[in-house]
Amino acid sequence: MTIVGKPLDHPLLEVKGLKMAFDVTEKRFSKERHYLKAVDGVDFFVRRGETLGIVGESGCGKSTTGKLIMQLMEPTEGSIIFDGIDLRSLSNEEMRKKRKDLQMIFQDPYSSLNPRMRVFDIIAEPLISHRVAKGRELYDQVLELMDVVGLNKAHAYRFPHEFSGGQRQRIGIARALALKPKLIVCDEPVSALDVSIQSQVLNLLVKLQREYNLTYIFIAHGLPAVKHISDRIAVMYLGRIVEIGNKEQLFSNTKHPYTEGLLSAVPIPDPEMRDKKNRIILKGDMPSPVTPPSGCTFRTRCMYATEKCSEVVPPLTEQESGHFVACHYPLDTKKQQGVTQYV
Amino acid sequence: MTTNVQIDSQRRITKNRSKSFVLGFRSLVRSKLGLPGLVIVLISCLTAIFAPVIAPHDPAQINTAHMFLPPAWMDGGMKEYLLGTDNLGRDVFSRVIYGTRISLIVGIMAVVVSGAIGLFLGLIAGYYGGFIDNALMRIVDAFLAIPNILFMLVILGVLGPSLLTLIIVLGVTNWIIYARMIRGEVLSIKERDYVIASRSIGTKNLQIIFKHVLPNVFSSFIVISTLSVATTIILEASLSFLGLGVQPPTVSWGGMLSEGRNHLATSWWIATFPGIAITMTVLGIIFMGDWLRDLLDPRS
Repeated sequence: MTIVGKPLDHPLLEVKGLKMAFDVTEKRFSKERHYLKAVDGVDFFVRRGETLGIVGESGCGKSTTGKLIMQLMEPTEGSIIFDGIDLRSLSNEEMRKKRKDLQMIFQDPYSSLNPRMRVFDIIAEPLISHRVAKGRELYDQVLELMDVVGLNKAHAYRFPHEFSGGQRQRIGIARALALKPKLIVCDEPVSALDVSIQSQVLNLLVKLQREYNLTYIFIAHGLPAVKHISDRIAVMYLGRIVEIGNKEQLFSNTKHPYTEGLLSAVPIPDPEMRDKKNRIILKGDMPSPVTPPSGCTFRTRCMYATEKCSEVVPPLTEQESGHFVACHYPLDTKKQQGVTQYV
Repeated sequence: MTTNVQIDSQRRITKNRSKSFVLGFRSLVRSKLGLPGLVIVLISCLTAIFAPVIAPHDPAQINTAHMFLPPAWMDGGMKEYLLGTDNLGRDVFSRVIYGTRISLIVGIMAVVVSGAIGLFLGLIAGYYGGFIDNALMRIVDAFLAIPNILFMLVILGVLGPSLLTLIIVLGVTNWIIYARMIRGEVLSIKERDYVIASRSIGTKNLQIIFKHVLPNVFSSFIVISTLSVATTIILEASLSFLGLGVQPPTVSWGGMLSEGRNHLATSWWIATFPGIAITMTVLGIIFMGDWLRDLLDPRS
């Protein structure tokens, strides 16, 4: 596959042909092996200072992609070039040092904080691990971080269970921010939170991005969550990117039927508009990634599918500048206004 | 501002401590068996420490004039020999008191030895996995295939019985329990999000083990250790009964049992009282272990 939309400047992160297959063979000694292709050939890049949203249903491989970028798993194939260096070529110790520039915010603010550690120690951990600060300096830095993410400094010696979900996620953000990283992978950072808290945390992330010139990869399962924060969005389906482009391109000039379906699934708060809206409801479930359909993997649920779709895998092709789609019959829409307006 | 916070945080820490103390006491009362268990264990420990003060006689003092005296409340018993005397005229009461020392020392030291070995190997096998894990677990399997008592008898036979060899033998045979248990816990803990988060931060493996894994396996480790003090005391008694425990003139409960066995028909008290001592101590420790398990479970 070709590198999609090679940027003019040197991107912060470039992912090429990333693949991750898990061996799920049930019979231990059978010759035929079954693989779950969680990520099946993904290419993208992230520019400095931008936010790339990755969207898809659960099981589409978006979280796995995040973990692969973080080198928390060893990919089966592909390369991850961060700041000009292929992370896979680094030794363990080199990679450990590199993690200073590469942090992650986790989905579940309950399980991602050690229940036996105090908030101070949790936020101080990255600073201690990389020997950035100690003693008085460490103390000041941790308290400053708490202030930055909007936590009460007086709570530094409490345990995580004494906080609400939103506050816990702030602790997680402070921890990721501690080393002033270049890239933060946010793995569904708000999906475990109350709706009212979600926007607070999102606003915090936006504010921090501006202040510290951060680059985000923002993983989410719905388009509304990423619309607020992303500059560009990649839509994933069954381990592949089906559409990637600028936020505006993706929303107002949707090319892939799956993206259209995702957009259509967004609830509209106005009943009148809801009736006018031409809802496209995706039929059925996502097929098993162990035995994906031939050709275009989306064809089993696509209302436009033809013979060709089951035979030829559609390559990711550029439809307009920087807007790529993997579909034989990209939608030709100046979209019905009703759909996009309220998303 | 910061100094304010410091003061505030320190106050909060002390507050938390006293709170946890209160919680501990409350759970002690609520668990019903915890309190008697703790009392028995405390009494045993105090007895062991103050044995020379409490014991009315020298436990090794042979007195042929007073052989086979029954306990004080029976016909022919003497007041100064509360629980009677044995076949050599030694005071059973004093011997039971001194026996506490050996039982507790062996029980606790053997658990310290086996716990340290098991904890270390279990952590390494569970955390690093792969070849080390496989190798260690095969050794564990091999150990499990050997009958414990037989193994101990052979080693004691070769090294010769003494307090130190007894501790070593019991420690070396029992580390398997810990290694398996700790490994299992570590396997589950190392997949938790906070451990993955720590890895993603770039914390060194050793630090992850000490900061995240160890504190989270420690409570189950403590519980298993207490319970295994009890089983070790019984094992020590069995070995002493077989004549391979601590050697006379040092007194041990198992040794008293084995000596008293020959006179069981005529002088039941020689074997009965050390038997009761073993049972009570072990029961007390088990009760205390149950309470500890409730106390250290973060869900409660």
